[in-house]
Formats: sequence, C-alpha cells, structure tokens
Amino acid sequence: MADKAPTRRMVAAGLAVMPFAVQAQPMASAAADVNRSSSSENFAEAERALLAGRTPIAAGITLDVPKLSENGNSVDVLINVDSAMTREDHVRAIHILSEQNPFPRVATFTLSARAGRAEVATRIRLATTQNIVVLAETSRGAIHRAEQEVIVILGACVDGG
Amino acid sequence: MADITARVTMPTSARKGEIIEIKVLARHTMDRAVDAPGLKPSPRRIIHSFRASYAGEEIFRMALSSGIASNPFISFTTVATETGVISFEWLEDGGAVYSRAATLVVT
Repeated sequence: MADKAPTRRMVAAGLAVMPFAVQAQPMASAAADVNRSSSSENFAEAERALLAGRTPIAAGITLDVPKLSENGNSVDVLINVDSAMTREDHVRAIHILSEQNPFPRVATFTLSARAGRAEVATRIRLATTQNIVVLAETSRGAIHRAEQEVIVILGACVDGG
Repeated sequence: MADITARVTMPTSARKGEIIEIKVLARHTMDRAVDAPGLKPSPRRIIHSFRASYAGEEIFRMALSSGIASNPFISFTTVATETGVISFEWLEDGGAVYSRAATLVVT
C-alpha cells in the first residue's frame, strides 16, 4: 500500500457472481482498481454507497477489535450482530470499512439464515491509527453500524507484510 | 483445481440443529498492487473471494480486499442440517481457484 490518499474506487470483483441479493456495488471500475495501490473511492463515498440513503441504527453490533495494535499487518476483528437469524429476519451482509486505508472497503461477508449466528471473524491490515466501521444489513432492509478506533503503532504500509 | 496450504478447523460431527463454528486459515501472501513512482509496478495478487458450500448449497461468502492480512483467516458459523460435505473455495486474482472439503456427520 502506498501512502496516497484513498481516492480510488474499491475493487468489487468477486461480488459479481454473488447469489444472494446484496447491495449494488460500483462495478464499472472494478477491473481497473486491481492494478492500483489505492481506491478511486474514499471512505465517505464507500459508506454512503453502502447505506444507500438508509439511516444506520447505532446498536446491535458487537465489534471486537483491539484498542491498540502494535502491528497493523494483522489486526484481529470479531463481529457479532444481534439477530435471530431466521428466514424472515437475518443478517445478510456485514461490511468492514476503514477510514484511512488505501481501500476503504476491507471486506464483505455474505450470510444467510443458515449461519445460525451472525458472527464472523478475520484479520485485517491497517495503514495507520483510525476508526474501523462495521455495517450490517438485514434481510428486512435495516442497517446497523458500529465504529471503534484502533491505535496502530506500526502501520501495514511500512514493509511488505 | 490447484492446491493450497490451508487449515480448516471444524467439528467432524454435530447434532442436528447445532450451530458449528468453522475457521479457515490459508497460506497466501495477499500481494498488494504496486504503482508508486520509482517502484517497479506489479499487479495485485490476492485471494479476492472465499466461499463455502454445504451439501452443494452456498452457505457463506466473503469478498476480500488487499486490506485483509496475509494468510487470510476467516471464521463463520453454520447450522448442522444433514450429513454432508462442506467445501471451501479460495478465488485468487488471475483466475486460480483453490479448494478444500470436509465432511460433517450430523446425528
């Protein structure tokens, strides 16, 4: 990752063949972004696109990330969304967004009622100290939001990790 | 299909209706694209998608970016419905697909 401002659009390749109906992604520049070190879309644009005019509910998500991370190359993220996960009402997508990374859209998880629990975990790269934002979309169209700051001592852009 | 060094951690058996946790860890460098001036440009080469199917039906999918740590770790859950094969696929830039499978016995 180069230390450029995150201004280019995130790659949405791979979302194209998603069988579940997930929020429309900007597809046009997907291929172009693969060879770029930063996205054409900034954080605010990415969040606005995912919200699609809806007002997020600032509750219902437990976001477990360390408050302080010595190494931005690998930061544990555990997300738990409070949901019954029934066929009628379940979490269908969970998005991780980063305010300061070259690509604001870090990951999208697509779930169904078959998950049983809306609980996912992964490890992400963080360029610098910043807020992590998680958006969770339910099958009923509601969107939940959670945010937490992570202080990063050594950013992921420093070496090849 | 090519092979990948990966570890899949999940129970081998479960009761019907039980929620099981599946953790997958693959070995991959998740190379970011380089286009900065003065550096030799190189394309992105990451695992851009991961998907899991249970008895042929997709149960989980993840879109990854270059913001995912190398050796991508993914944890998710599913409800044990029937004895069957849970298969995992990692899709890499350039079109390579790596896969693994594990059998879950449901009692």
